[in-house]
Amino acid sequence: MSDERSVGGVRQARRFATAETSEGAQELATRARTSPDELRREAGAVLRIPEGGVVDAGDIDIERRSDETMIINMGPQHPSTHGVLRLMLELDGETVLRTKPVIGYLHTGMEKTGEELTYIQGGTNVTRMDYLSPLTNELVFALATEALLDVELPPRATWIRMLMSELQRMSSHLMWMATNGMDLGSTSMMIYGFREREMILAFWEKVTGLRMNHNYIRPGGVAADLPDGWEDDVDVICDTILRRTYEYDELLTGQPIFRERMEGVGNLSAEEALALSVTGPILRSTGVPWDLRRTMPYLDYAQLDFDVIVGTYGDNFDRYAIRLNEIRESVKLVRQIRDRMPPGDYRVQDRKVTPPPRARIDESMEALIHHFKIFTEGFRVPEGEVYVAIESPRGEIGCYLVSDGTSKPYRMHIRGPSFVNLQAVPTLLRGGLIADAVAIISSVDPVMGEVDR
Amino acid sequence: MSAVEPTPAAAPEAAGTAGSPDVPDVPRAPGRWTDEVAFPPRASYHQLVEEYKASGFEQLSDLTAVDYLTHPGRSLPPGVEAARFEVVANLLSLSARRRVRVRVQVPEDDPAVDTLWDLYPGAEAMEREVFDLFGIRFAGHPDLTRILMPEDWEGHPLRKDYGVGRVPVQFKEAPGPR
Repeated sequence: MSDERSVGGVRQARRFATAETSEGAQELATRARTSPDELRREAGAVLRIPEGGVVDAGDIDIERRSDETMIINMGPQHPSTHGVLRLMLELDGETVLRTKPVIGYLHTGMEKTGEELTYIQGGTNVTRMDYLSPLTNELVFALATEALLDVELPPRATWIRMLMSELQRMSSHLMWMATNGMDLGSTSMMIYGFREREMILAFWEKVTGLRMNHNYIRPGGVAADLPDGWEDDVDVICDTILRRTYEYDELLTGQPIFRERMEGVGNLSAEEALALSVTGPILRSTGVPWDLRRTMPYLDYAQLDFDVIVGTYGDNFDRYAIRLNEIRESVKLVRQIRDRMPPGDYRVQDRKVTPPPRARIDESMEALIHHFKIFTEGFRVPEGEVYVAIESPRGEIGCYLVSDGTSKPYRMHIRGPSFVNLQAVPTLLRGGLIADAVAIISSVDPVMGEVDR
Repeated sequence: MSAVEPTPAAAPEAAGTAGSPDVPDVPRAPGRWTDEVAFPPRASYHQLVEEYKASGFEQLSDLTAVDYLTHPGRSLPPGVEAARFEVVANLLSLSARRRVRVRVQVPEDDPAVDTLWDLYPGAEAMEREVFDLFGIRFAGHPDLTRILMPEDWEGHPLRKDYGVGRVPVQFKEAPGPR
């Protein structure tokens, strides 16, 4: 090792000047360096609700002298920040006064990359954003592309997409149950959550060939039809997971320690949630019945029967209960989709959009040309711009797509629900105890791949 | 898809809308949600969003920008002069189940618009992202710092003249000129 050398038989570590990690102005400044006005705004939440906004600025003691408080740094390598989230917390004793999330540690420029990939390749890019619900990302990208192309899908493609999105919701919420359990010290829940999710991943491996980052939902339909016997697999998944959700009730829902840590912790009001653009289970936990599957239906959700789960208090426990019950609703949906799955094509038979079947390539020159054109230059999408939003397990995931008439998107923007929901963290943490911070971050369910993109 | 009929979108009200909703580049298909699109001049952008908020658009869904440097000839309604940048704000009305997209042209020589943070505090992180990746300033924003890129990064990556693969990777504490 170069930083150790032997001096007179004694090994000494060579001293280096350590370079301090700093994000400069992105970090939370000390009180002494923050003007009272700024502080009042900051205290008003944020990321900061303006004066006269939703939060009463008098809620927090802005006269506090700065030597009484302490700014601590949590992350980006903290095990319970669900990736590389970094939070800077200002503490007075054990009470959290101000918080600022510092993000960008996983930024890989995926929106820029998306401009360099054709619409066919784009799915492989977006699927890696929210890696816990890859199919939802593919779906929103495919829907936006199809809106620009103005193609209509055969019903089976739509229903396969719904089946996959609902399995996705189950798997994502199970993963959340697992990590949330672990954050609260219930390692059994972690094992159980991963165990159940594994069943869904195994099914996906059968259908899409991969356990994650499938690139299965593509513009024009899906990549492959469901395999023979998929109904039996889906039945087993639904029966097992529904039965096990009642076991979670026994393990967690009724457990006094768990309830103590969840109830009344991290409260959010409906006004705050709307003002901060929060969506998904966090918005619903405040009592706002807003679920895009019901309120602005896409695919064929209008034909299915399901309940939108809402909470009352907007606390951690409501968010837990909403996710648990959404697993049950998804089971209900998957069973309906299984029974009503229409026959037919799983993708549009438009050779300009989807490749021809493999067998046709050997016998038809035309098919060979189409195949070659699609995979080398892709299909051209008419000029225009569109915003499509669907309900991901974490909230509204939107895709803003601008086309200049070529085969690559001119601009591809993903509105990541985790990125926006993270703005609620300072509000949720304010005035709470540092010990609850981990539980609150967990209840927001951020996926850093999507936050930083 | 065809089975879903959007319920609202009867007659989009023209609440100070500079452009008509019949913009040619908005795709329309049965069963797809079509959004109203407004093209306010830069000076009345904030005021228009304020009017939308008062008329029931409770939430700012999304705020982003597009750099039209290499695609200047896009179709815009008459009276709207194309500029290099476009800031796009997506507003959502939960009560009316409608979306409106506000597209404001931002010239290259003065890339700045008013912030929406005082109307929608949720704009905070989104505007920081646009500032970081496009270099568009938001007047009145409380904390306009970079959010995804490191603080000492040079350039704004989502601009079209920011080359892909041609810019050497900038590492902190790396020796040599930047």
